[in-house]
Amino acid sequence: MNWDGALNQFVQALLVVAAAPLLLGWVNACRAWLQNKRAPSLLQPYRMLRKLLQKDAVLAENASWVFRFAPYMLFGCMWLAACIVPVLATDLPFARAADVIALVGVFAVARVFISLAAMDVGTAFGTLGARREMFIGALAEPALLIIFFNLSLISQSTSLNTIVETLAHRELAIYPSLAFAAVAFVMVLLAENARIPVDNPATHLELTMVHEALILEYSARHLALIEWASALKLFVYCTIGVACFLPWGIAEAGDWGALPLALAAMLLKLAVAGAGLAVLETVSAKMRIFRVPEFVATAFMLAMLGLLLHFVIEG
Amino acid sequence: MMFSSSAAPLEWVLAVIAYWLLVGLASLAFPRTTRAASHVLFLLGALGCFALAAIALGGSGAAPARIVLPLGLPDLPFHTRLDALSGFFLLLLGATGAGISLYAAGYFADLRDRPLGLLSFFYHVFLASMALVLIADDAYLFMVAWETMALSSYFLVTTDHEEPAIRRAGFIYLLIAHIGALAILLCFGVLHGAGDYTFEAMRDAQITSGWATAAFLLALVGFGAKAGIVPLHVWLPEAHPAAPSPVSALLSGVMLKTAIYGLIRVTFDLLPSVHWEWGLLVLALAVVTTLFGVLFALMQHDLKRLLAYHSVENIGIILIGFGLALIYMGTGHPLLAVLGLIAALYHTLNHALFKGLLFLGAGAVLHATGLRDLGRMGGLIRHMPHTAFFFLLGSLAISALPPLNGFVSEWLTFQAALLSPALEQGVIRSIIPLAAAALAMAGALTAMCFVKVFGVAFLGVARSDDVSRAREVGGWEKSGMAWLAALCVLLGLFPVWMIGRMDHVARELLDNSLTLSGIASHWLWLTPVAAERASYSPVIFLGVIVVVVLLTFWLVRRLYHGRLRRGPAWDCGYTGLNSRMQDTAEGFAQPVRQVFAPIYEIETHLPGPFDREPRYHAEVRDRFWRILYLPVGVAVEWCSRLVSRVQGGRIAAYLTYSFVTILFLLAFVR
Repeated sequence: MNWDGALNQFVQALLVVAAAPLLLGWVNACRAWLQNKRAPSLLQPYRMLRKLLQKDAVLAENASWVFRFAPYMLFGCMWLAACIVPVLATDLPFARAADVIALVGVFAVARVFISLAAMDVGTAFGTLGARREMFIGALAEPALLIIFFNLSLISQSTSLNTIVETLAHRELAIYPSLAFAAVAFVMVLLAENARIPVDNPATHLELTMVHEALILEYSARHLALIEWASALKLFVYCTIGVACFLPWGIAEAGDWGALPLALAAMLLKLAVAGAGLAVLETVSAKMRIFRVPEFVATAFMLAMLGLLLHFVIEG
Repeated sequence: MMFSSSAAPLEWVLAVIAYWLLVGLASLAFPRTTRAASHVLFLLGALGCFALAAIALGGSGAAPARIVLPLGLPDLPFHTRLDALSGFFLLLLGATGAGISLYAAGYFADLRDRPLGLLSFFYHVFLASMALVLIADDAYLFMVAWETMALSSYFLVTTDHEEPAIRRAGFIYLLIAHIGALAILLCFGVLHGAGDYTFEAMRDAQITSGWATAAFLLALVGFGAKAGIVPLHVWLPEAHPAAPSPVSALLSGVMLKTAIYGLIRVTFDLLPSVHWEWGLLVLALAVVTTLFGVLFALMQHDLKRLLAYHSVENIGIILIGFGLALIYMGTGHPLLAVLGLIAALYHTLNHALFKGLLFLGAGAVLHATGLRDLGRMGGLIRHMPHTAFFFLLGSLAISALPPLNGFVSEWLTFQAALLSPALEQGVIRSIIPLAAAALAMAGALTAMCFVKVFGVAFLGVARSDDVSRAREVGGWEKSGMAWLAALCVLLGLFPVWMIGRMDHVARELLDNSLTLSGIASHWLWLTPVAAERASYSPVIFLGVIVVVVLLTFWLVRRLYHGRLRRGPAWDCGYTGLNSRMQDTAEGFAQPVRQVFAPIYEIETHLPGPFDREPRYHAEVRDRFWRILYLPVGVAVEWCSRLVSRVQGGRIAAYLTYSFVTILFLLAFVR
């Protein structure tokens, strides 16, 4: 156990939870600018969380413990995920306890619990949302796993720390499989975080909503936790993408001097990623729900192609 | 009786088997159900299970022991042998059987007017025969025990034989079991060396590579029929729902595993060497079985049928590990083969535990509501909170979610698959990750399926009056489920400890093991290859989740005023909510049906525009019935019609046949 690592781990865990809504605010602001609207403040997501935390919680009469427990579980899972992904430095002692396969498992646990909670009250919208969420997840989760397999075949490891270290140090070697994996990852990110074109986080439209349908029955503190967890999830996905596909500048284990640079690089990269997300959301339209499986299946196939390409080129 | 040295654990195993047979015989004295008798008989059986598990655990790592029993035919005594592989499967039988027997003690007590004595007799004979299969050391005893197992389970499946559907299910089961037994018999026939049917002689026999492949293929068909490899899976979704729930749990949890045992025994122990081509075949079959199982499970609305299809899927997952082991062993990478084999064994044990648990949960629901159809359940968590909790644990475990046990074995399988770059042949190397992709897909679809099951059955609002009458099951049932659930959690949290036991099996069969290769193990960290390659620590994982969730909970409590009120469900302001507006099991899986439509044979009935009572109906059928089984059935009928011409029913004609046959034999055979 090294104390540097533990400190890094601890700081990152707190930093990520605090900063996650900011990224969401940034994406929303960028989107508003691109659409010629007046942008809300970057702090708007925090204000919404504060508002939700002040309200009275209303619970459906027949809600069971699953319903009340799910927001905590969701938040806990996303927090855990945030502890595994290297944000500033690859020196995360806890990341040894859970590799990329476990990371995908964490996302799956969160999905299962929130879907179960949506079915708990027994409303039409809740079950509808659960069905869509689980189905999209059932295609996106293997795609994400295959993307990680692509990376671990290059780095000979399934530990995210090692993957990022290897990728940050490759000497200008070109891995075509990485390109496939990166495109697939962006698609999975859109699908898993309920962004356009898969889902529209801004509306409640019964024909198309997925994420919003899941959480219709929630209010106040439970809703605040869920919203915060969604922001965390977006943040975690963005940092995974940045760490795996644009790892330059990340600090090595024990290298404290590199931290300011790593922080600056990470801020820049996340700002670009958030702006890119906003561009993607502005130029594309929401898909019909029946087209979503094709979209996610495309991501899956791209990841598979990357895998095969790796063997073709390496073999 | 001949004893070899250090045979004590084996003697104890034999004693448990004899004990079960005694319990079985004693139970014949109780023809009808009485509550007390049921408690006593099945608890005695459970004691045997606990004892067996303890013996198997205590004897692990010991050298193989042999005992020759003075039973059987003259010159053909029964050989028994206890080695690490047998010990591991005996542990599985004991641990799973203990939970199921505890549950059965309560469950069967409430069954009115059933011949309890007979049921208990077959139940304990079934347990004893499974244990005998696992310790048999000659083909003769193996086949006797195998057939006893098939027959006793047939009678258990047809407990409710008044219903024609159940008789039909039992018949299909018996038929496929015997096709399988025939193939196994032939396999032993190919294997036997110097005219001796002991496994010892088979190990020493020198057989050519061609015959070895023949023996392997026969074993694959024979054991595959019992395990439910596609296309021999059709008996599972028929027989599992037909049987009483503890029996379904035993069939799916333990009996299917004897087939896995047989497959491993023949390939890695009895056959002189393995070929990687076999592994490729197994891997292909395994992928098809896995995806087929889960996709059909999603379409089911009968809870026990659904679980049966998931057994098909999980057998596929086990075989992925087994196939990887074969490929790695056949290409000369014994250490990687060890990893594949351990993944397969771990999933075998896991599946026994969580599938047993889920079948017991399904039985509890069936018992409380009389329902197997998910479309009539809903909201059971409010009536049966404990059952719901255990069922949820089982669902999470089977969906391979961390930190439960299902995740560990899938993780190991993934790790084994990701080591494929070590292979030389380009094609196999790139095929193996495809299997991993299929496994990933199956895992995600399983999670969807169990969200469907738990959400539709236990959550939401009751869809029929049967649910509101439901009461929680009794203490014995709960303790049985709790035992299995606890084991699921323990195996999820402390995988290294269990893998140490499986390492003995690998050392014995593959002459290699993780410890022999100097791979460090620490109880906290699961590092099957090397720490920098992959590590996983479920205890820390769970610890962090618990800490984080508690911290969140505490913070919210501190920061938030805590005002909470209950109101009617909001549902976007709609007030006329009723239970029919929830998703049904069919509805939940509808997107899957849409996307994977080419796989299914779907018959839909859509209402016309002028229907007074419009009804929508869709039925999903198994294609294999039409494309495989029906033609075979027609062919068999055609053949028997040909034969029936010879069979005229006149004795004179028959005597003529005999006469001609004898003449023929005298003329040509001498």
